[in-house]
Amino acid sequence: MAEFKHKHIIALRDLSKEDIEQLISTAESMREINCRDIKKVPTLRGKTIINLFYEASTRTRTSFEIAGKRLSADTVNITPSSSSATKGETLADTALNLLAMKPDIIVMRHAVSGAHYFLAKKINCSIINAGDGAHEHPSQGILDMLTMKDRFGRLDGLKVAIVGDITHSRVARSNIQGLTKLGSKVYLAGPPTMLPPGVEKLGDVTVCATMNEALQDADVVMMLRIQQERQGKTLMPNAREYSRYFGLNPTNIKLAKPNAMIMHPGPINRGVEMSSSMVDGDQSWILKQVENGVAVRMAMLYHVCGGELE
Amino acid sequence: MNLLIKNGRVIDPSQNIDDIRDVLVQNGLIKEIGKGLAATDGVETIDAAGMYVVPGLIDMHVHLRDPGQEYKEDIVSGTKAAVAGGFTSVCCMPNTKPVIDNKTVASYIINKSKAEGYCNVFPIGSITYGLSGDRMSEMGELKESGCVAVSDDGKPVHNSELMMRALQYAAGIGIMVISHAEELELVGEGVMNEGFTSTELGLKGIPRVAEDIATVRETLLAEYTGTPIHIAHVSTKGSVRIIREAKARGVKVSCETAPHYFTLTDDAVRGYNTNAKMNPPLREAADVAAIKEGLKDGTIDAIATDHAPHHQDEKDVEFNVAMNGITGLETSLPLSLRLVDEGVLTLNQLIEKMSCNPSEILSLNRATLKAGSVADITLIDPEIEWVLEAGKLVSKSGNSPWLGQKFKGGAAATVVGGKLVYKR
Repeated sequence: MAEFKHKHIIALRDLSKEDIEQLISTAESMREINCRDIKKVPTLRGKTIINLFYEASTRTRTSFEIAGKRLSADTVNITPSSSSATKGETLADTALNLLAMKPDIIVMRHAVSGAHYFLAKKINCSIINAGDGAHEHPSQGILDMLTMKDRFGRLDGLKVAIVGDITHSRVARSNIQGLTKLGSKVYLAGPPTMLPPGVEKLGDVTVCATMNEALQDADVVMMLRIQQERQGKTLMPNAREYSRYFGLNPTNIKLAKPNAMIMHPGPINRGVEMSSSMVDGDQSWILKQVENGVAVRMAMLYHVCGGELE
Repeated sequence: MNLLIKNGRVIDPSQNIDDIRDVLVQNGLIKEIGKGLAATDGVETIDAAGMYVVPGLIDMHVHLRDPGQEYKEDIVSGTKAAVAGGFTSVCCMPNTKPVIDNKTVASYIINKSKAEGYCNVFPIGSITYGLSGDRMSEMGELKESGCVAVSDDGKPVHNSELMMRALQYAAGIGIMVISHAEELELVGEGVMNEGFTSTELGLKGIPRVAEDIATVRETLLAEYTGTPIHIAHVSTKGSVRIIREAKARGVKVSCETAPHYFTLTDDAVRGYNTNAKMNPPLREAADVAAIKEGLKDGTIDAIATDHAPHHQDEKDVEFNVAMNGITGLETSLPLSLRLVDEGVLTLNQLIEKMSCNPSEILSLNRATLKAGSVADITLIDPEIEWVLEAGKLVSKSGNSPWLGQKFKGGAAATVVGGKLVYKR
């Protein structure tokens, strides 16, 4: 397989089909480590990873931390208050100070789209994007694709419905970029206030008029978190009405293929974007996504470090 | 100092001149335009063969940042950049600190520019006190202090009643109102044009209609009150259409655009380039085409730079945090000359939009090479090729999207009040 040549992983838009396949393949082999009794390999021993999270995160930050530790890297978590970017030290200064401590990788989440590209021009260690604004969340995209591959053995030709607030979703963007490169067909649905202009031009993407249209014969149904703070603002009337038209429930799931997989990047608003029976039911792959997250992040850390598997 | 500008192609729309002539300047005034004028003792001769000799260019929309933000620009550096770009007059916007909403600040700017500046500076006062948007500033005093217009540039006057009264009141005084036309709720927290590029980059968009809807309001208010209005920095195809239709109905509306709006699209933002971040934002190809069409058919009266210098620390940051605006004084002329090469404008029309029309809109009484008038003259070398190098701009700030790019054409010399203030 071709060598993974990227120093940073900032967006799936920047990666080729082969790069993405390689990350998925490496993650598949990393999973074995996570099932051992002693879940640790010395691959990244002596490497230092800083998890710099400007936005709150439980799943992603923990997942990156565990991934680093399982590869024997030293991991440090920093969560500057989100206001420090405007009040105190600039992002560039923070990063340069951290860089002076010689980390090998900075894993960063930041509220501003493109912040990682800005940082990449300033510092010389590897940068992995753990989510930037409404731009991308590449590790989530890869773990979603790995989970789909687990179920279907392939991504080519899958019909994937993504439902919710596409405009503000970095998860949707990374999935669209990755899935369309690997031959899946993406169908989007959401209130028109949450569908950004030109989104159909991002790849093999179809924008549907209704959720039912997107669900029809879908292999995968990916529900996005609806942000509660958007309620009562201009994008939708309230959670109740949202759930009526864009919530996944035992009735509309029947439009999808039998045994279609249900996914969600979390955290879930039960009863809003999906009913509890969908979250906890047989078709749900949500916890498998979380499980795969660790392996995918191990693969990412491994590739940007250029380490050797034992 | 007396000057004889020899053998240039004199283009003066005010006298319908486009011919090889000599221009004699004496005691700060144009003495004579003619053929084969001879230099007498004490007259400096400039060989203008191959150059255009035109009424001094006027930039009716700049930010000089003085007083208050001299770390970005000041009257000396800003006017020096202006003359290097071929401008003999600039009109500076009131969003200084303190705001130009009183005689003291207006007088400070006028006095400092006369004492230390390189070109004429005509201040623009604010429509509302402190740009607050709640009550009218003393426009009478502002006019008497030398302000040539009023504007809350940087933000719209949100209250429609206040805007209507401001138009009526300003018309009574005889001072032009310049509108920054944007509907703020539609702008929201947007940082670039709303379109495919904002979708791909995951940046919050500002829809075109935010500008269009405000342009409609302004033209309707001007129509209702029968008063003049000038719309600043037109960037959308919708605004061009709205202004064209208003002009056809006889509304006294004029407008300007800036070189970036007929040169760049929001593609320039890719890579999260903060030097392509401005307000209004760079739009799309259809808008660029409409702006050019508006320039060609006369809907757009003027080209102004919206020169907005910012310190590197305000641009070398994450995209959302970066300040809006670019420097424009040193790139406006070559970018605008491209319109002539592309056949959008004749040379004569270009001079109208960069000199005559701004002078007329703001009653500056400049923009002519008639004998007896103030000798503000720009010599343009249409052939000179040069590169915009970072760190070599005359302006204090280097926030330009064209750094490192090649340009053709530029100011060869600039004469303000009969004095040679810039020579390439």
